[in-house]
Amino acid sequence: MHVTSPVRTPLVTGGKTYADVTDDICRQVEGKPTREWIIAFTISFIVLIYGTACVFWTWWEGLGVWGLNKTIGWAWDITNFVWWVGIGHAGTLISAILLLFRMKYRTSINRAAEAMTIFAVICAAMFIMMHAGRPWLAYWAIPFPNTLGSLWVNFNSPLVWDVFAISTYFTVSLVFWYMGLVPDLATIRDRATSKVSRYIYGAFSLGWNGGAKTWARYEYISLILAGISTPLVLSVHTIVSFDFATSVIPGWHTTIFPPYFVAGAIFSGFAMVQNLMLITRVVFKLEDYITYEHIESMNKIITLTGSIVGVAYITEFFIAWYSGNEFESYIFLNRAFGPYWWAYWMMMTCNVISPQLFWSRKIRRSIVWTFVLSVVVNIGMWFERFVIIVSSLHRDYLPSSWAMFSPTIFDISDYIFSFGLFFTLFLLFAKFLPVINMFEVKAIIRSSSERLPASISGVAKGENVTNPTFNKNAD
Amino acid sequence: MATHHSDNAKFLVGIYDDDDVVLKAVKEVKNAGVRIHEVYSPFPIHGLDVALGHPRTKIGIAAFLFGLTGFLCMVALTYYTMGYDWPMIIGGKDPYAYPAYIPVMFEFTVLFTALGMVGTFLVSNGLGPTVKPLMFDLRSTDNKFVMAIDLSKNKLSETDITSVLRQSGAAEVNVKQF
Repeated sequence: MHVTSPVRTPLVTGGKTYADVTDDICRQVEGKPTREWIIAFTISFIVLIYGTACVFWTWWEGLGVWGLNKTIGWAWDITNFVWWVGIGHAGTLISAILLLFRMKYRTSINRAAEAMTIFAVICAAMFIMMHAGRPWLAYWAIPFPNTLGSLWVNFNSPLVWDVFAISTYFTVSLVFWYMGLVPDLATIRDRATSKVSRYIYGAFSLGWNGGAKTWARYEYISLILAGISTPLVLSVHTIVSFDFATSVIPGWHTTIFPPYFVAGAIFSGFAMVQNLMLITRVVFKLEDYITYEHIESMNKIITLTGSIVGVAYITEFFIAWYSGNEFESYIFLNRAFGPYWWAYWMMMTCNVISPQLFWSRKIRRSIVWTFVLSVVVNIGMWFERFVIIVSSLHRDYLPSSWAMFSPTIFDISDYIFSFGLFFTLFLLFAKFLPVINMFEVKAIIRSSSERLPASISGVAKGENVTNPTFNKNAD
Repeated sequence: MATHHSDNAKFLVGIYDDDDVVLKAVKEVKNAGVRIHEVYSPFPIHGLDVALGHPRTKIGIAAFLFGLTGFLCMVALTYYTMGYDWPMIIGGKDPYAYPAYIPVMFEFTVLFTALGMVGTFLVSNGLGPTVKPLMFDLRSTDNKFVMAIDLSKNKLSETDITSVLRQSGAAEVNVKQF
C-alpha cells in the first residue's frame, strides 16, 4: 500500500528502508564522537565555564555588577529571559500543534526541536534566578507557608502565574520529549554491543518492546499530550506577556500583547530550529531526512509569524496615537525617534522586512539564505524585547529621573553564559540521543518517501516509482 | 509483562518484513483458529490493535480525572491562601477574586493531566526503569514485525501453526522459549 501523492513533494528521499532509517540515525549515537563534535563541544564547554564564573560573581557581588539603575530595573536579564522562553516555543508547537494538524514534516524535526525547547527553557530559568539575585531563596516563589506566619505568594500577580506557567511548561515538555524517546531508546538498546550502553539505554527505555497494545495506548496518550500542550504553549507566552501587560507602564499596558508575544515566540523559535537543523543535517549527514521540503515548510511559518509580528508593531503604533493618551504616544515616538532609535529600527528591519524575502521560493529553499535570515530574525527578536523593556522604562513620568542603560561586562558575560549552557546541552543531546524520531519517520515512509524499495524492510533498494499512483485500496 | 505467563512458556515467533503483510496476516491467522499472543512492531500500525481484538484504551478517563484533580487542587489552594487564611482586599475587589487565578488553575490542570496520564500509561503497560523487556526478536525494534503465538494456549499443533504463519507471509518462523 504505497501511496505516493502526485501533489506533495516527498519528505524522505533516497529510497530509505526501515533498516536504513535505524542505521542512519543511530550512527551518531553508536559511533565515536566526530572531530567536528569534539571541537564544537570544547568551545561550548569553555564558554560555559567562563559564563558560570561570571554568573557566580553576579550572585556573589550582587546585581550592582549589571548596568541597571534606579530608572531601568529590568534590562538584559528580562530581555534574555523572554528571548529564551520565546525560542523554547517552537519545539512544543512542532510536536503538539503540528501533530494535531497531521503535518507529516514534523516527524524529522520534532525530536531536536523539543530538545531545543527544554534547553532554552533552562536558559530562561537561569535568567530568572540571576535576576532574583538570591537564588537560594528561589523557593519563596512557591506557595510555601513561612515561619513568620501564614503569608502566601500573591496569586493575583502575573509573576506568580509565570512561575507556574514556566515550570508546568518545562515539566510537560520534558515528559512529552521523553515519552517520544522511549521507543527509539529501545531500538538503541537492542542494537547495543557494549554492556554499559545496553544497561543505560535499557534503563531509560523502560522495558519497551513495541507490542500492539502498548502502541495503541501510546498513540492515544501522545494525542492527549498534544491536545493539552497546545493551549499550554499558547498560555505560557501569554502569561509572560502579562508580566508587562498588567502593569501601568506606557508601552507595556496593551491588550495586544498575548497574541503578539505568542507569534513572536513561534517566529524566533522556528528561526532557532532552522539554525540548529541546518548544521545538524550536514554534520550528521541527514540530508535525506531533513530535506528542502522541511526547510521550506518552516520558512513559511517564519513568514507567517513574522508578518503577524509586523502587523502587531504597526497596530501598537496606531493605537498609541488613536488612544489620545499623551504618555502612550510619547513612548512610541521616543522608541522610534528617541535615543534608542537604532534598537527600534534594528527590530523593524530584522523582524518585519527580512522575513518577507521568504515570499521568493528560491530564497525559501536556499540553505545560505535560510541560515542567515534565521540568525537575523533572532537578532531582531532580541531587540524587540530590549525595545519593549528598556525604551518603556528609561523615560518615565518624571523627566528628572530619565536615564539611559548601558550594559557592563557582566550583562554581556551572563548572556554569553546562556549560549555556553545551551550549546553544551544540545551537543550532548546530539551525541547520545537520536536527533530524529526514528519510529515516526518509519511510520511515514510508505506515504511520503520519494520511492519505495522493493522490500521495504529488507536491504534491497527498489526502483524509482516513475508514475506516482494512488493505490490506497489495492490490498 | 513477564508475569503474564509461566516460566517455561514456549512461543512460535513469525517474522514479517512488511507492515501491510503483518496486518493482513493477523486476520488470516485468526481466521485459521490460532490465538495470537501479541504483535510487536518498530512503529505503530494503525488498525493493528483492532485487528487483534484489543479493547479500546480507557486511559482518557484517567487523564480527565487527573486533570480534574489538578484543577480542584488549585481551586482549593488559591481559596485557602487568598480567600481564607490571609484575605486581602486589593483594588477594592473580593479577596477571592477568582478570575485572576484562572491562569494557575489552568496550568495545574495541564500538569496533573500530563503527569497522571503518563504515570498511568507506564503502570498499565508494566513499564519502568528496572523492567526487563520480553523480546521475541531483537529486530522488532528495528525493521521487523513480529507475531508471537503462545503454544500452551493453542489447540493446533506446532507444525500446523507454522504452516499457517508461513502461508500468511511470514519470512521466518522461530521457536522461542522463556
